[in-house]
Amino acid sequence: MDNIQPAVKMCGITKRFGTVVANDNCTLELYRGEILALLGENGSGKTTLMNMLAGIYYPDEGQIFVDGKEHSIRSPKDALDLGIGMIHQHFKLVDVLTAAENIVLGLHEPGRFDMKAVSAKVRAICDQYGFDVDPDMKIYDMSVSQKQTVEIVKVLYRGANILILDEPTAVLTPQETDTLFNVLRNMRRSGKAIVIITHKLHEVLDVSDRVAVLRKGVFVGSVRTQDTSIGEMTNMMVGHAVTLNIDRPAVKDPKSRIEVKDLTVISEDGIKKLDDVSFDIRTGEILGIAGISGCGQKELLEAIAGLQPVESGSVEYITDDGSREQLLGRNPLDIAQLGVSLSFVPEDRLGMGLVGSMDLTDNMMLRSFRNGHSIFADRKAPKQLAERVVDKLNVNTPGLSTPVRKLSGGNVQKVLVGREIAAAPTVLLTAYAVRGLDINSSYMIYDLLNRQKEKGVAVVYVGEDLDVLVELCDRIMVLCAGHMNGMVDGRSASKNDIGLMMTRLAKKEEKTDEH
Amino acid sequence: MSTEAEKKSSEAAKVPFVRIAKRTALPIWKSWGIRLLSVLLALIISALFIFSVTGLDPIAVYVVMWDGTFKSSYSFITTLRDTAMLLCISVALAPAFRMKFWNIGAEGQVLAGGLCTALVMIYLGNLLPQWLLLPLMFVSAVAGGALWAFIPAWFKARWNTNETLFTLMMNYVAINIVDCLTNIWRGAKSSMGNINASTQAGWFPLIFGYRFTLNIIIVAVLSVGMYMYLRFTKHGYEIAVIGESENTAKYIGINVRKVVVRTMLLSGAICGIAGFITVAGKNMTISSGTAEGFGFTAIIVAWLAKFNPGYMALISFLLIFLQKGATQIASSYAALNDYASSIVTGIILFCILGSEFFVNYSLIFRGKHQKGGEKA
Repeated sequence: MDNIQPAVKMCGITKRFGTVVANDNCTLELYRGEILALLGENGSGKTTLMNMLAGIYYPDEGQIFVDGKEHSIRSPKDALDLGIGMIHQHFKLVDVLTAAENIVLGLHEPGRFDMKAVSAKVRAICDQYGFDVDPDMKIYDMSVSQKQTVEIVKVLYRGANILILDEPTAVLTPQETDTLFNVLRNMRRSGKAIVIITHKLHEVLDVSDRVAVLRKGVFVGSVRTQDTSIGEMTNMMVGHAVTLNIDRPAVKDPKSRIEVKDLTVISEDGIKKLDDVSFDIRTGEILGIAGISGCGQKELLEAIAGLQPVESGSVEYITDDGSREQLLGRNPLDIAQLGVSLSFVPEDRLGMGLVGSMDLTDNMMLRSFRNGHSIFADRKAPKQLAERVVDKLNVNTPGLSTPVRKLSGGNVQKVLVGREIAAAPTVLLTAYAVRGLDINSSYMIYDLLNRQKEKGVAVVYVGEDLDVLVELCDRIMVLCAGHMNGMVDGRSASKNDIGLMMTRLAKKEEKTDEH
Repeated sequence: MSTEAEKKSSEAAKVPFVRIAKRTALPIWKSWGIRLLSVLLALIISALFIFSVTGLDPIAVYVVMWDGTFKSSYSFITTLRDTAMLLCISVALAPAFRMKFWNIGAEGQVLAGGLCTALVMIYLGNLLPQWLLLPLMFVSAVAGGALWAFIPAWFKARWNTNETLFTLMMNYVAINIVDCLTNIWRGAKSSMGNINASTQAGWFPLIFGYRFTLNIIIVAVLSVGMYMYLRFTKHGYEIAVIGESENTAKYIGINVRKVVVRTMLLSGAICGIAGFITVAGKNMTISSGTAEGFGFTAIIVAWLAKFNPGYMALISFLLIFLQKGATQIASSYAALNDYASSIVTGIILFCILGSEFFVNYSLIFRGKHQKGGEKA
């Protein structure tokens, strides 16, 4: 490859946001006919670097060469003109339009607008690479993986031959991931240059030809995938080797803490989000909940926490002396006033668990501001709590008066989890507690959950990474489109079994095979 | 990898002429320096405008404008009086806006408070002693303003109606009710005249020779109180949480409906007080123009000050200063009527507002960018 002209060469790229250096003198080469995995922990500047290639940001310093010629990419349009297309983590699609309409949105093609020709061209692209998408389907009818497909077709339709995918597998099931990877391999065969941003090592090994690693905004180096190993990549990523084994202390004396019976939730749009779900949450164990995202996990936790109106069923809290309290029909304040210490780490950290524009102290106050009879709120205790959390969980922050929005994802999560654990809960509900977190922060969270479990707290862990679920949880409940598809023992269950249970119902709707 | 070739092509590549970058925190003297420069710039632009349109000496015009406030101790203290009025309404809006409840109905709430004050003055003024009359006027004004705010707040909390439209419409209801009642009260006369002109019942006492001294004192107390309320109390904290994220508020068990209604009652009550002090301390009468449009101007003040009562006082003073200056200019020069002086005011406001952009962002021009590159 050394004598081939790189399709893209980024030289000495630096990007600052205020005082934060997101990318420091980064260099990256990308060749045609290869899949490059851009690997790095969260906040290591992967997405920022690629956003500069895609014209979302403009670099403060450095140059970008496309096919050997320097270009200044000032907008996504400039990028597309150069054949660079990016598929973002959060899809940018108009829900009420069809796939084909989304694909041509914003294009200025001369002549009469011909939707049929568009559809035909979309189909041709799909056939070429092995996609499965119906051009006339509305986006709101689509699954996450279908939406992602539309995003990919959209950039291909615009003639992109350099594709950047930002954490494309984060929202996919294992089966969907395989399909995506096959498509990527087809594209590689036809000479496209592909970057996939990820922090999942097995995927890197699975699909990429080369790995480029960023650490804290600095380019560490790139290696051929076939010449490297998980150990080496981890070293490059985090700077030192971390053990990949997650602790799972033995369960001691489990007792039923919360009993959920026949819980049914119907959303405002009339969709059954939970269908007759029954299970119990036990003290001193971690109950995992697996499922494709949007299968009722959010509604389940919010129903228990008093935030979600339910159709029918019951959620009973069982105290140590065996008396029972119905939690349904009570709001979070009522539940707390019952003496039930229930902590909840919601999926939407800044939109629900914390207030992004408030500083650490004020966010710690959320749980405690009602304390005392004075009309004035006590800020001393929350400040001390914030200090303790920062100190104990190694929160990386300029100070206690920094708005939490300005912290990186991992640090935001530490602040939230730290506050929820400080409330000395008997039940701890967590939704995607490690989503978007780097390896070190993830392990710290696993550790915190395990320590709560050892204290006898009933812990619920809604997760998406099956590897983690089978290593961390004692029991795993599998949800599929609101149905409880099974409850398995975390120590004996295999990842593939769970993956299949997650899609058992959905399978009927999907095309069974790709040919 | 030939660096020379890269350098050459780097000259060819088009770097955007100017880019915008977020500033890190500026030292205070610099940010205020920028604001000061913006005022200077505004004065220069206005001078050009004045000179090119009217041929007048801009400096002389500015002196007249300055005189609007500082000509005499009386003009200064009336400026303070009007500043207090505007500030009072801004302070009333602060908690609602902090909660992201867009209360556009201050004008109506002030009128409701003023009307209640006038009602008590007219119908009970000659029956009750002054020491009982004033508190009763105060209470009824608070109740009137609060009621005018409660109606849209309750509908918002209960049925999630659009508070912007609702509060706006409530203004017109209040204006028409006041018009209707003043018509009845004045009877065949051309205007109402002062209420209780002979007995002065319900008028504020003279302090330091002015009736409206009490206005200024009341507003000062309210401003400090509101600052403390928003900054230090549990209520203030709840308001801030709801304003930033209603989901978080629900998650933490804050009763959002209750806080919305409570906060709007407070907002309306303070508007009612603004009506009370206007009627009893300044106008001694009521008309549909009693609020002088301050209910709308206060929205700008509250926003510019980011709901901080201290800044609100400064901005209120600036706006009133400009207004007085404009009036003074219009009365001194035939060539510069009300509209021309409003344009000058507009230019000054525009520059001051625009300066906030430069306080928060810096512009990086093409040349600078490459210098940065060489350093690295």
